[in-house]
Amino acid sequence: MSSQMNRQELLNHINQASFAVDDVKLYLDTHPCDTDALSFFREYSRQRNELLKEYAKVYGPLTIDTADISCRDRWDWVNEPWPWQEGGC
Amino acid sequence: MWNYEKRLQYPVKITQTNPKLAQIIISQFGGPDGELAASMRYLSQRYTMPYKEITGVLTDIGTEELAHMEMICAIVYQLTKDLTPEEIEKSGFGPYYVDHTLALWPQAASGTPWTATVFQSKGDPITDLHEDMAAEQKARTTYDNILRLVKDPEVCDPIRFLREREIVHYQRFGESLRIVQEKLDSRNFYAFNPAFDK
Ligand SMILES: [Fe+2]
Repeated sequence: MSSQMNRQELLNHINQASFAVDDVKLYLDTHPCDTDALSFFREYSRQRNELLKEYAKVYGPLTIDTADISCRDRWDWVNEPWPWQEGGC
Repeated sequence: MWNYEKRLQYPVKITQTNPKLAQIIISQFGGPDGELAASMRYLSQRYTMPYKEITGVLTDIGTEELAHMEMICAIVYQLTKDLTPEEIEKSGFGPYYVDHTLALWPQAASGTPWTATVFQSKGDPITDLHEDMAAEQKARTTYDNILRLVKDPEVCDPIRFLREREIVHYQRFGESLRIVQEKLDSRNFYAFNPAFDK
């Protein structure tokens, strides 16, 4: 599915899945036995990890753990724009 | 240990500079109720927090506040990008510019430098959590004050996101306080300090 997405769409999906993870993570800290919240976390965490890998493959890494996936001969970590810059994430 | 992620928690894409507004919004970087103080408060308090759930809350919210600081800095950066000396002069940005050019530096809207004196790390769970709940409300009020002055939808949008997060954090700290109280003597929550008295 994600191979048809353009850069902005892919990034929107990463932001959405990541936000779901950020938000439910705090909820789980104070409700560690809520099984619905736990399965919500698992689903979005899985999506997020897949999307981050997909993004790294095509556009360069957003995390150091996906930096080995983009296999160009330059160090994409610094070559792609930083988040506050034009074209950044 | 922290891992950097090369993206903002919520996108900031501002196309119109506005140095006057930047000087107001910078308060949420280095002001008394700003994101830097929020992060340092929670990340300082967590070491002596005796309950594991709440150490988790302090660590995870303290980490999210760093991401909020980055969003505020991105907003200020984009609002002041490529300003000309003429624009700086007529917008009143001159006093900041003379000390920092167009760099980011943690200060309040009033120009007061960031200082650790704006927060407390008291080493008593009840006291620290009350401080944290108050801090989230103070940050929410600051965002409400900012929103009354912002007309540009590209600036409003990320500011609204940040405001919303203060409310969620307040909720989580409220639950944390309840968890602490459940572990204490219900007839006297203040009988002893669980972070100090054994
Ligand atoms: Fe917060």
